[in-house]
Amino acid sequence: MTLPMLSGELHVITAGTEVLGEALDAQAVPRVTVDWRPPLPGTEDDLARVLADPRRAAANDRAVGRLTSARPQLVAVRPAHEVLDLPPGTFLHAGPPITWERASGPMRGALIGATLLEGLAADEEEAAARLAAGAVRLEPCHHHRTVGPMAGVVSRSMWMFEVRDAEYGGTAYCSLNEGLGKVLRYGAYGPEVIGRLRWMGEVLGPVLRAALELTGPLDLRALIAQALQMGDELHNRNRAATSLLVRELAPAVVEAAPGRAAEVLRFAGGNDHFFLNPGMAACKVSADAARDVPGSTLVVAMARNGTDFGVQVSGLGDRWFTGPAGVPDGLYLGAYGPADANPDIGDSTITETAGLGGFAMAAAPAIVRFVGGDVSEAVAATRSMYEITLAEHPAYQIPGLGFRGTPVGVDVTLVARTGLLPTVNTGIAGRVAGTGQVGAGLVSPPASAFTAALAALAEAVPVA
Amino acid sequence: MGGRDGRAAEHDVAAVTGVTGEHDDVMAATGVTGEGGPVDVVQIRTGTYHDSVSLMRVSQVLSGLPGVKAAVVAMATELNRGIAAELGFALPGSGPADLLVALRADDEDAAGRAAAELDRLLAGLAVRTAGRAAADHPPRTVRAALRETAGVTGAGGVSRADGTYRETAGASAAGGVSGADGTREEATGTGEALTGDAAGTGSAALALVSVPGPHAFAEALDAVEAGLPVMIFSDNMPVEQEVLLKRRAEQTGSLVMGPDCGTAVVGGAGLGFANVLRPGPVGIVAASGTGAQQVACLLDLAGVGVSHILGVGGRDLSAEVGGLSTLRALDALDADPATRLIALVSKPPAPEVAEAVREAVDKLATPVVTVLLGSGEDLTSAAESVLRALGTEPPAWPSWPAIPTGETSPGETRDTGEAAPGGFPDAGEAIPGGIPDSGEAVPGGIPDAGEAASGGILDAGSRPGLPSGPASLRGIYSGGTLCAEARLVAGSGEFTDYGDDAYTRGRAHPMIDPALRLEALAAVPRGDVALLDVVLGHGADPDPAARLAPAIAAAVARGVPVVVALVGSAGDPQGLPAQAEALRAAGADVFASNALAARHAARLAGFRSVR
Repeated sequence: MTLPMLSGELHVITAGTEVLGEALDAQAVPRVTVDWRPPLPGTEDDLARVLADPRRAAANDRAVGRLTSARPQLVAVRPAHEVLDLPPGTFLHAGPPITWERASGPMRGALIGATLLEGLAADEEEAAARLAAGAVRLEPCHHHRTVGPMAGVVSRSMWMFEVRDAEYGGTAYCSLNEGLGKVLRYGAYGPEVIGRLRWMGEVLGPVLRAALELTGPLDLRALIAQALQMGDELHNRNRAATSLLVRELAPAVVEAAPGRAAEVLRFAGGNDHFFLNPGMAACKVSADAARDVPGSTLVVAMARNGTDFGVQVSGLGDRWFTGPAGVPDGLYLGAYGPADANPDIGDSTITETAGLGGFAMAAAPAIVRFVGGDVSEAVAATRSMYEITLAEHPAYQIPGLGFRGTPVGVDVTLVARTGLLPTVNTGIAGRVAGTGQVGAGLVSPPASAFTAALAALAEAVPVA
Repeated sequence: MGGRDGRAAEHDVAAVTGVTGEHDDVMAATGVTGEGGPVDVVQIRTGTYHDSVSLMRVSQVLSGLPGVKAAVVAMATELNRGIAAELGFALPGSGPADLLVALRADDEDAAGRAAAELDRLLAGLAVRTAGRAAADHPPRTVRAALRETAGVTGAGGVSRADGTYRETAGASAAGGVSGADGTREEATGTGEALTGDAAGTGSAALALVSVPGPHAFAEALDAVEAGLPVMIFSDNMPVEQEVLLKRRAEQTGSLVMGPDCGTAVVGGAGLGFANVLRPGPVGIVAASGTGAQQVACLLDLAGVGVSHILGVGGRDLSAEVGGLSTLRALDALDADPATRLIALVSKPPAPEVAEAVREAVDKLATPVVTVLLGSGEDLTSAAESVLRALGTEPPAWPSWPAIPTGETSPGETRDTGEAAPGGFPDAGEAIPGGIPDSGEAVPGGIPDAGEAASGGILDAGSRPGLPSGPASLRGIYSGGTLCAEARLVAGSGEFTDYGDDAYTRGRAHPMIDPALRLEALAAVPRGDVALLDVVLGHGADPDPAARLAPAIAAAVARGVPVVVALVGSAGDPQGLPAQAEALRAAGADVFASNALAARHAARLAGFRSVR
């Protein structure tokens, strides 16, 4: 056995006592210093157990390998009742499971809106009463291969993007984006909201379906990679991706529905976030490919329901580990301010789960005001995420970092060791039902969700 | 100055604490003063972390300020809170991630000066941290640092064995841009794990882990999983974690040195507590730090250098660990062209392990000198065996006899009192007369005090100015192997290794912070003999004699003979001759060989069973 260190020019990584590092400096031995800090309080024993799990390294390699090699393709647009196990009287929602009693304002608003859309109540009061009485069954989108931005409410008549993973065969769904302002996903349910949803079901969905039948599957992995190089981070900025998507679809839209093409393209092209939803489904199908690898500490879902922030971990099946959702720190629309903000909400953290959004902040200098107004802060946000992720994405790259792959694959053990929490970009919903969006910004997940997951991983380590 | 009321003191303290580093957020500040009595300053600071050794240095500087009675600056762990509470400080609530400051001064002026100095020192630490952060976002784990090292060495990346993905340092010149279109190549098949020589640049990487023991496993595992050798300086690591790391290292081609590995020399670079040694043909595999340091320093004094010193940890040859690192280290040195002779120095292994080691040694092409301590051999004889194996006759090992102080035996001259190394003392001589037959050590047995010694001439067996009754020998050690060796050689006495886990939990190693040993020395009763080790080299106290000499002089003046084993090389930054001079001037008999020092001390104590 030969050890290169015995014959080469020695470089040392030092972690711990600075005196020992200084002794190396005195000998002019080059070193990289680890800025070590103690792990999150109370995680010591769980960390030791989980790190010692002989399955962990290979399991994480496999899980994150699947996450980064999935090939999401947009294959169809179809009504929810066709593709989801969604009987009448069942709604999907964002985040971990929630009840009406614990639901926040925007979640309740969106549920009321869906009740009205589905004709299950005549007005707001009746809808609220039915929901409060438990007449509607609530299930997380994530339990149905689905993700939904903000409140994420999905009901039977809504239309869904269908994304298929050409590598591993998975399928994921996300609703069609309504645009900004007073929209259902932000908890608004006024007549204009319901009217828009009906138009989306009657016109937008069918036209997009017909167009996609003409184009065939669209390669979302390639589209996202291009958008990153055009200044999107794919969570709070989707302008480039939306433009690319509309460019791909426009000829087919015109061919498929010449009479409706103008309004469809005006709607899609006029909404900078139109791509957020197929992008989320692409992230979901990639993250789902990484699920259920025994021993893996990889986070496969981060999601919020407006009350709780929840994570799911590859090695722990469908279990949720939750903590209180934080209130985002951000910029506000018009006269709105922090007092109007609802706690963090939405499945759109699936973008961060898959190495986009806040993790790709360095790719999106145009929106650095969300992270403090300075490009260097955006770069720092991305750089710090390399500390807690298992890989760098082979396709999703950041030009400003020398085409370095985005940090991808949050490892629960690295979160506990470094105390660094995922950087999440997000929209901010008004806390009062019916308000809609009030701003956008950054939010920190609760550390307790990750420490709870770590404790469960420790329990799941087989006894040697 | 101490006459102000408590309110004034509190005001002053609050004013002082307002000037904190920008990362320090003072949660609570209290000033307490008695009627003209000492002033306590207690603060809990949040949002700041410093390693324990840096904080020990700060505490030490503050303790040394005029008018300061006590200073505890430490992370507010349960243990550190306990230390402060024992000193009588009233502590507000805090968490282990907070910084605890507890100062006691004679008066408010002294307290204010200490607090100002504290802020200055902490700001120095913070600037260092912040400067690094601004410069290059320092990595937070060894795993993250591996990426930077990949950049440094030109290796360009870390790939997992199954090639499913590839990580590449952003700044790496060998980076991943593959095409003119700016897209980067995707994961390309299997890559070699980073061994530090992935790019064939001749550069090699190693991780040196010295974080608190309960956290060392994670950092060490990062290195081992990447195939990188790791030296674990940390102690207090559970043995099952050690076994796991060493088994994993076998799979990844790595080497685990430690845990509790105090010293290593790799290709001339000293790691941990490391002496400055001339390069040479001898590769040393040793269980722990100070044993290897003693052997290497003696070789160096004899003009023979080392190629590498690979520490394997004190438990490596136990049945539980099975010699995993010893076997790998032997193999690695065997393959190393610079190593022409291997010295394996260890406590006697577990029987089943001994067999495996013997078999491995037999298979090596390089000659091996195996020295099992305690089986009739000590570290000095180990060095001598190595020298003989190289065809070199061992020299007389240097020693520096005490310069007599007027207080012990005025007017007397010492027949062996020469300053020249090597001239003193002949510890191998038979025990001179005058020592009673009942000269066995009786712990705590203090001879009648106040009697004058009959003999006027100091030799290796007499104790001038002291009764010639049975005495006890107090071994006050910083090095574990040195301590064990001295105990074996002396055959009797009370020996304490202040470098042991039990004494280092939550405080710095005694080679850095001598406080516990100074206390122990001060507690040795008149008539007993004190035996100490002083270890030089990188990482150790930059001037150990500075704090030891006054304590030694006080002990000698009190009637406690002091013997010092001074482990160092001629090249050590502290200066071996200068340290020896300072220690002997204080009244200690100083030996380069710990075994000789122990023999000498035992004879001073009147033991008959000295080996």
